[in-house]
Amino acid sequence: MPPDVALSPAPADDIEHYRADFPILSHIIHGRRLAYLDNAASTQKPRCALDAMTRFQERDYSNIHRGVHELSVRATQAYEQARACVRRFLNAERDDEIVFVRGGTEAINLVAHSWGRVNLKAGDEIVLTVLEHHSNIVPWQMLRADTGVVLRVVPVSERGEVRIEDVRAVLSPRTKLVAIAHVSNVLGTVLPIGEIVRAAHAHGALALIDGCQAVARIPVDVREIDADFYVFSGHKIYGPTGIGVLYGKHDLLAAMPPYQGGGGMIESVTFEETTYAPPPGRFEAGTPAITEAVGLAAALDYVSGIGLSRIGAHEDTLLKHAEDALRRIEGVTIVGQAPQKAGVLSFVMKQAHPHDIGTILDRHGVAIRAGHHCAQPLMESLDLTATARASFGLYNNIEDVEALSEAVREVKRFLG
Amino acid sequence: MTGDLPMDDLRDLYQDLILDHGRNPRNFRVVEGANHEALGHNPLCGDRLMLYLAVDEDGVIRDAGFQGSGCAISVASASMMTGMLIGKTTEQAEALFSILHAACTGQDAAQPTDSAQSEDVDRLKALSGVRNYPMRVKCATLAWHTMQAALKSEKKVTTE
Repeated sequence: MPPDVALSPAPADDIEHYRADFPILSHIIHGRRLAYLDNAASTQKPRCALDAMTRFQERDYSNIHRGVHELSVRATQAYEQARACVRRFLNAERDDEIVFVRGGTEAINLVAHSWGRVNLKAGDEIVLTVLEHHSNIVPWQMLRADTGVVLRVVPVSERGEVRIEDVRAVLSPRTKLVAIAHVSNVLGTVLPIGEIVRAAHAHGALALIDGCQAVARIPVDVREIDADFYVFSGHKIYGPTGIGVLYGKHDLLAAMPPYQGGGGMIESVTFEETTYAPPPGRFEAGTPAITEAVGLAAALDYVSGIGLSRIGAHEDTLLKHAEDALRRIEGVTIVGQAPQKAGVLSFVMKQAHPHDIGTILDRHGVAIRAGHHCAQPLMESLDLTATARASFGLYNNIEDVEALSEAVREVKRFLG
Repeated sequence: MTGDLPMDDLRDLYQDLILDHGRNPRNFRVVEGANHEALGHNPLCGDRLMLYLAVDEDGVIRDAGFQGSGCAISVASASMMTGMLIGKTTEQAEALFSILHAACTGQDAAQPTDSAQSEDVDRLKALSGVRNYPMRVKCATLAWHTMQAALKSEKKVTTE
């Protein structure tokens, strides 16, 4: 488990000094102090992660594996140490259960392409929820086109909850996989993944958890969850873009065919026959994002050093303040009222379209996102075309929340 | 909050004419007897508008209307556009789009070709504030792209 220093919820200002670790946050945007509230899309990077990548490129960089020269040895060690770091972060059992990919999207595509094509046939069922990000919908639709699998979709309640009984209602002996988000990127809903995984297993199905919105705010223990696959992106947890993680249970990965062919993923190649390397190398064809893996490891060490429970508690406090502040503004409706929420505050206004809100907030130095957030089926189920979304990170503070609520009041004054 | 700077800046984008048309869109209706229509969709923001045009044999737009949802800029643009199109030839409509496009992207705007257009050109300039907001240019031009699509794809209208 990552070291969690504080067990009790910390006051909102307790970790505020970490804000200084993020160089970009001191920049002035449109003449205003930056309130960066677009963390569900991507997080900013701490100095230590930026420095780790620069230092690595300046001193230790080379291609990895098979090189006999000193720099290749150092680079290989750094890359494999990064893998070990991810293993500790997720509390996986073995380093070779950690596959480096470009991000959560590629991780899901890998499972759909590799595990899905071998193990699923026409009529088999994959269970998703309405609130999935497109990256946890489209790969399964592509698999459906190729294999004839059936997608079953669990509804979301009016408050934005995914209820375990609604999941159970679609599970059947035909279910082969349950693929669900840990936290909704639109509503902030925290899904009961422990219960869902148990229910999936009880039906003989596997469970894939999309952890992109969870890992930066909820401590994740893949063995406790008993997830078969768990995926996340580096850039949503204060690391760089271009690197992400597929965790898969060892026996599953070992039985899966390669995803892409190329260098680095083979044992031996002749023109007659090629034998593939064991996991994780089998799934890492081509030169991987070596520097980014180093940056991701630095970011994971950084958040683990602060403590994910502290970060989560800090964000919960800010989320609650922000919800209270926005609720007081006439015309604002908060979208997503699940009892368990993390990090994300979606809202709409009677007086303004989300895009107008986004533009006006931007001119006040408040960076949020407006749109469908790559979750169009959810939007349709909520009868919305778009929401404005503020999302929190460890470096946000009460000042950011005040800037948000003041700017939303300005929207109302301006367009109301 | 200190100072009025953001609001002054935003006034350039959200001019009174835009705010008025955004709040109270004109020609927000299905056009009876429309023989050209198209769905304009901006997948990035989810803006969606259905445009209806009734064009006669001489290529004159006799009626224009739209329905749908979008931001203040895209709704205002569609509202102003439909008002302008009624009575114009399809060539004049294309010429207006060129003027709008130039205004929105900061290019030198083409000169109005006749006096009847100069009033339209002034109104189109109200949308030119988007040139300082690159992500919003598509909001201003969505209706006009939809008009082009509608003129190209003729809808078979039966009178039965």
